[in-house]
Amino acid sequence: MSLLTLVNSRHPLADTATQRATLASLPLARSFEDAVAAAGHEPLRAAGIQVLQINVGKRCNQACHHCHVDAGPDRTEVMTPEVVEACLRFLEASDIPAVDITGGAPELHPGFRDIVRRARAAGRHVIDRCNLTITRLPNYADLPDFLAAHGVEVIASLPSFSERQTNAQRGEGVFADSIAALRRFNDLGYGIEGSGLLLNLVTNPVGAFLPGSQAALEADWKRELKRRHGLTFNRLYTITNMPISRFLQFLLDSGNLTAYMERLTAAFNPAAVDGLMCRTTLSVGWDGRLYDCDFNQMLDLGTAVEAPQTIFDATPEALAARRIVVGPHCFGCTAGAGSSCGGAVAP
Amino acid sequence: MSMDTYYHPKDLGRFAEIGREAPELWQKFLEWYNAVFKEGALTEREKALVALGVAHAVQCPYCIDAYTTACLEKGSTPEQMTEAVHVAAAIRGGASLVHGVQMRNQVDKLSM
Repeated sequence: MSLLTLVNSRHPLADTATQRATLASLPLARSFEDAVAAAGHEPLRAAGIQVLQINVGKRCNQACHHCHVDAGPDRTEVMTPEVVEACLRFLEASDIPAVDITGGAPELHPGFRDIVRRARAAGRHVIDRCNLTITRLPNYADLPDFLAAHGVEVIASLPSFSERQTNAQRGEGVFADSIAALRRFNDLGYGIEGSGLLLNLVTNPVGAFLPGSQAALEADWKRELKRRHGLTFNRLYTITNMPISRFLQFLLDSGNLTAYMERLTAAFNPAAVDGLMCRTTLSVGWDGRLYDCDFNQMLDLGTAVEAPQTIFDATPEALAARRIVVGPHCFGCTAGAGSSCGGAVAP
Repeated sequence: MSMDTYYHPKDLGRFAEIGREAPELWQKFLEWYNAVFKEGALTEREKALVALGVAHAVQCPYCIDAYTTACLEKGSTPEQMTEAVHVAAAIRGGASLVHGVQMRNQVDKLSM
């Protein structure tokens, strides 16, 4: 697999305006706003902030085919110490209960461990969105011990318990390294009932189709990972692939874009609206700009113009009931059982 | 509409048109069909795998497309799906072969 990102291969989709225009040009049956209104909901607004999601940059040791961040080893965008400090001060001055650190591979950020320590010292729940293979790199071999010592919840990406499917999405050799990493986490107590160390897995479909029932898949995965590899974990989160960045490129190249978007639109589930993560998440980009979610961040759709635009001028009060910025990609979070960084959202 | 082939992928999306002349029968079919595929003693994933195998046995291209997608969405791997197709093929092959016994019966009846 090529490790070159859209940006560094000078692909037209590296321009987020091109991505937005591509999505806007699709002849969908209705807009997302209309779908929400037809379901009897008011236009989306935030309902407080339960999760501060900090995207510390686009550097990653992997370059997965479906990555909505267009992350990879050749990306250089990294959150500056000033932005990190502003995020932590905002957090410490608020009562936001959880911090979700993402990237890229967030652990590559030189300030990652300081963010964890400060957030934990402030009594907040900390989530590390981990690609697993980062722990196999020599300089990061002690990462699982660090995470365990600080009680960090690990949400790890593993699209399939099949080696071929996992490698097809994430790169040759990723499955074997991921299994080895999971074994290390299990050895530390992660994913073991009663240990208090949470190891949750995330699966994105390996292609242009929706994820299945989270509960049914979780049962299958627990059985298969135990049977095949002797591994355990806590929860499986299903996340729908968003038509953004490299997954958008895949949809275009494979001729699946229109059918996939029609599928997302047709599968709109009104019951998923109340639990949409944008309503309780504040997303911060590597440069300090604010977004309603990580997907909006990757489309350069900042917070509504009347709301604070950067972490430097943010207050929880000014953001707590902000208008949510939406687009056709939002159908990805309301299709079927719904989708979020915490998995399915429909009751 | 071009009619240069008998099967058109977009026709799957027009399936409901078959209900126009017999709406009550269509409605009964839909209710029964939807009930069949709900989780019961078998999971939805297992039922989709059965459907995929049957789709190959009856060689319905619409069903193959639809249940390939369904199997993937319900979490089956391509390896599991391929095994389901082999099960269907084995039953088809076996069904032909077992009729060989009828052939042998007839041979025995006619032969000295």
